[in-house]
Amino acid sequence: MLPTAPLPPPAAGHKPQQDASQQDAPLLQVTGFSKSFAGFVALDGVDFTLHPGEIHALLGENGAGKSTLIKTMTGVVARDAGTMRLAGAAIAPRSAEEAVKAGIATVYQEVNLAPNLSVAQNLYLGRQPTRFGLVREGEMRRRASALLAGFGLSIDVGAPLETYSVAIQHIVAIARAVDQSARVLILDEPTASLDAQEVEVLFAVMRQLKARGIGIVFVTHFLDQVYAVCDRITVLRNGRLAGSAPIAQMPRLDLVRLMLGRELSEATARRSHAAAGPAGADVAVFTGLGKAGYVAPFDLTLRAGHVVGLAGLLGSGRTETVRLVFGAEPADAGTAEVAGRRVTLTCPREAMALGFGYCPEERKTEGIVADLTVRENIVLALQAKRGALAPLPRREQDAIAARFIRLLDIRPPDPERPIGLLSGGNQQKALLARWLATEPRLLILDEPTRGIDVGAHAEIIKLIRDLCRQGMALLVVSSELEELVTYADEVIVLRDRAHVVRLTGDAVEVSAILAAIADAPAGAAAAA
Amino acid sequence: MNLRALLLASAVSGALFSVGAQAAELTIGFSQIGSESGWRAAETTVSKAEAKKRNINFKIADAQQKQENQIKAIRSFVAQGVDAIFLAPVVATGWDAVLKEAQEAKIPVVLLDRDIDPAGKNLYLTAVTSDSVHEGKVAGQWLVKTAGGKPCNVVELQGTVGASVATNRKKGFEDGIAGASNVKIVRSQTGDFTRAKGKEVMESFIKAEGGGKTICAVYAHNDDMMVGAIQAMKEAGLKPGTEILTVSIDAVPDIFKAMAAGEANATVELTPNMAGPAFDAVIAYKTKGTMPPKWIQTESKLYTQADNPMAVYESKKDLGY
Amino acid sequence: MALRLPRIGTSQIVALALILAANWVVSPQFFDIRLQDGRLFGSLIDVLNRGAPVALLSIGMVLVIAMRGIDLSVGAVMAICGAIAASLADSHPLPVVLAASLGAGLACGLWNGLLVAVLRIQPIVATLILMVAGRGIAQLITEGRIVTFTSPELAFLGGGSVLGLPTPIVLTLAMMALTLLIVRGTALGLMIEATGGNPRASALAGIGTRLITVAVYVWSGLCAALAGIVASADILGADANNAGLWLELDAILAVVIGGTSLFGGRFSILLAVVGALIIQAMNTGILLSGLPPETNLVVKAVVVLAVLLAQSPRIGAQIAGLGVLFGRSRSRRRS
Repeated sequence: MLPTAPLPPPAAGHKPQQDASQQDAPLLQVTGFSKSFAGFVALDGVDFTLHPGEIHALLGENGAGKSTLIKTMTGVVARDAGTMRLAGAAIAPRSAEEAVKAGIATVYQEVNLAPNLSVAQNLYLGRQPTRFGLVREGEMRRRASALLAGFGLSIDVGAPLETYSVAIQHIVAIARAVDQSARVLILDEPTASLDAQEVEVLFAVMRQLKARGIGIVFVTHFLDQVYAVCDRITVLRNGRLAGSAPIAQMPRLDLVRLMLGRELSEATARRSHAAAGPAGADVAVFTGLGKAGYVAPFDLTLRAGHVVGLAGLLGSGRTETVRLVFGAEPADAGTAEVAGRRVTLTCPREAMALGFGYCPEERKTEGIVADLTVRENIVLALQAKRGALAPLPRREQDAIAARFIRLLDIRPPDPERPIGLLSGGNQQKALLARWLATEPRLLILDEPTRGIDVGAHAEIIKLIRDLCRQGMALLVVSSELEELVTYADEVIVLRDRAHVVRLTGDAVEVSAILAAIADAPAGAAAAA
Repeated sequence: MNLRALLLASAVSGALFSVGAQAAELTIGFSQIGSESGWRAAETTVSKAEAKKRNINFKIADAQQKQENQIKAIRSFVAQGVDAIFLAPVVATGWDAVLKEAQEAKIPVVLLDRDIDPAGKNLYLTAVTSDSVHEGKVAGQWLVKTAGGKPCNVVELQGTVGASVATNRKKGFEDGIAGASNVKIVRSQTGDFTRAKGKEVMESFIKAEGGGKTICAVYAHNDDMMVGAIQAMKEAGLKPGTEILTVSIDAVPDIFKAMAAGEANATVELTPNMAGPAFDAVIAYKTKGTMPPKWIQTESKLYTQADNPMAVYESKKDLGY
Repeated sequence: MALRLPRIGTSQIVALALILAANWVVSPQFFDIRLQDGRLFGSLIDVLNRGAPVALLSIGMVLVIAMRGIDLSVGAVMAICGAIAASLADSHPLPVVLAASLGAGLACGLWNGLLVAVLRIQPIVATLILMVAGRGIAQLITEGRIVTFTSPELAFLGGGSVLGLPTPIVLTLAMMALTLLIVRGTALGLMIEATGGNPRASALAGIGTRLITVAVYVWSGLCAALAGIVASADILGADANNAGLWLELDAILAVVIGGTSLFGGRFSILLAVVGALIIQAMNTGILLSGLPPETNLVVKAVVVLAVLLAQSPRIGAQIAGLGVLFGRSRSRRRS
């Protein structure tokens, strides 16, 4: 599945710098970058050096300053102080466009392309091959196919970008950047929404770019990936440089210590199944629940004080399963029984009335309302449950917001701050607070730790355990199998939109889950 | 009924029957713009009545303000082989092709109410329109006569900016008062030909002119704006028709009501009877071969409180204004 | 009830004050107010009175826009409801007239709401249907003529006064108060802002987004009906061709001037009404100024541009920077 074809020929004006003497001359040198937002210091005299042909991990907790560093480097945000040199020449891009012209391209986690345009159009947007002022559509497609072939992708470049997986969208974005003579490529959490195979495809592309002498800044939350692909690590903490070293000189423990400034708690330790309490009463029992073309009928029993995990590749039916359970998508088969009574679930409101809560995977598009304050986001579900005509008095809203901000350590602890300004981890906590405020009997979490920093990971896992101990029923979708096995009493593995394996008790182990997932038919890789 | 049959008929019986009786054989198609205003509706009503008077088989096609619909209607009239086509053109240009088709079919075309681009002059028989410059002039002359040499500050409610009718009525009025140095326009704003805007603009004029004390007369490019202005004056405690003179154009029924109540002084009629003269011209052309003048100007009659406004109102109120 | 004060209303209120001051310069009697037949009389009252229809429309429009929608039909709905009111005024008692007219407004709003919420037609297209067809319906009701009436009860709604205030102003204030009570006194406001900000997230949080969508269009229809009644009552007749013509654009502009984003989310009813007053203050000022009418649209465009620019965060920051420069003579840092 890995791309093996050679890379496209170098773009005009670009010379690969492979020789060893050049290796020491930095490609990109950032010195003393500082940036404050309304009194809040986001970056404080940060230095950063990137060599040609280097994959450089930029790490740190949410709020450490990674995003601000990237934005100041690419001119999206104006820096307060600091200098930057690209291949020895001072540059000061004032916009992402200028940065691209200078040779610094960025690919964001949420791909910044036009989903409804074709792949080819996305690749050549703004620089379409033209003749007499008219776009040469055929020529553009031919070039697009050739370019992507170099990245091991053989896809219909005439189809809209949105019809392809996120991994392919990322590769298209990277291809576009590299084709625009990028010498520095910044990848901002590209792997957050990719599954293991897709990540491998991406890594292969990164390694080939590295061989071409391109410097890559790689932002991720997955430590395994850092050690799999990176040459050097730079860690930021609270807007300052916490440390920078070649990968060989920074073992995992040191790295985590640098990032968190403390030892990891027991959060990632293996849970002792013997310690798990006996499962409580059945909260919800689903029999033969399913929807044609969406997810095959399945049985599912959720009990008080019991965590059921859903594992599988992206698109295997995990999210689809929880959406049926929550009524976000109406099922066309099967029955649901809640607290011993037959119920129908056709919309989230009905599920909420039964005491269900659902934290979706897509935090930005399905979770937060970015313009609204943290307080308003937290009370939203509770208010919806009460109905529009029974408004929560402001004092009560303030009390609820204050309680959860304290309980979940949401930072900054300002209930009146628009939630869009918070880091991903804190947004996730606020969303958890939204559902906890409704005091659910069953809480459904879809990738609760996706795209958030290590510290927040630990806190959320601890919270899941606490809720479980308090007798809540939990249904958790997670790709972080090492984590999942530490808190799940039962793991259901999905494949091709069907529940295939159910593991309970001591059988809940990463190797068992992987084996079940890997049973997938060959050629299922997204990039194929 | 086609043209040849008609000519045959008139040749055979020409000496025996009166013009009216012969016209019974005539079929005339009318491509009307639509019913965008009360006047337009009245024109349609009056046209039908005038056709009936002359026993003409009269077909009206409503174009709903679209030239393409008018062109379609004309083609369809040509295909039906009517004896003449009346056209109230929604725009001035773009008629050459379709009018040539009518000409080739030997069907005379008469323009009603509006003219087309001069380039098309030889493509139609005659145009029956009013002269809006003249209308404004009649209004201005009335005011000069009524003011009788005393100083008179006039506020003007213009029609829609850029509309040719508004430009012409403004120019005509200025011509009409040109000789009288005592009559002068002190304020002029657009009221978009509507009651609501007429009222709003008049309210501002009143405030800007010392509560209306320095206003001697109001001239409005149409009666609708004047009806609104009269309301504004009344609400400001002024007495239109006595303290402030009013003169406007169109002669729609509601202005006669105001005149009957002593709240309006004069209006200049834009007659809805454009079809009457057009019918007569076509009949004369068909039967006697009389070539009408290229432009038939309708009368711009002045009505004042002395013209029994209530009776005029009664005669006009059911025309569809 | 938790009425919220406008958070960022300064620029709008300053703009209104500046325009009123400019009006005072072109017309020194601008702020003169006297009592005429028991009714307040003056240019300032004209601004409020003439601004009433657009203010009423903007009260409904701001909710629709906050829900990421738009209602292009309000001008046509005004024409329909005004035509109904004028047609019935002389033959039916006022309550019947109002019920019929407001009922028609509700029906129009319901139509729009169902097209948008149930059939999922894009709001701009869905309401365009009624924008075009509505004026035709109004013309059918009036048979293409200006239908006049003499009913003093209906006339009172346009030309009467309550405690000296012209009735349209009173009706607008009442509608604004009622809407604020409904929207901010309940959790509807929060739900509208949440749905406009992120419809999918709001639906998953259990908000009945479909019902609220229908409700805001219905409310917009109701506001348009009231505006239509006021417009008809004002000229003692229904002018189907011209009533409310292009006022949907003024209402949208008022909402935008009032700081509500066309992308939905946060909204302010109060500032939308201020936006309507800004537009009307400008119109009245132009009429008072004696400038030739050919310049009306240019003056309007320049003023609107200035108001919108002043609201842009970027320019606002520059102005604030200038303030600092003059106030404390501290240099701005630019990058």
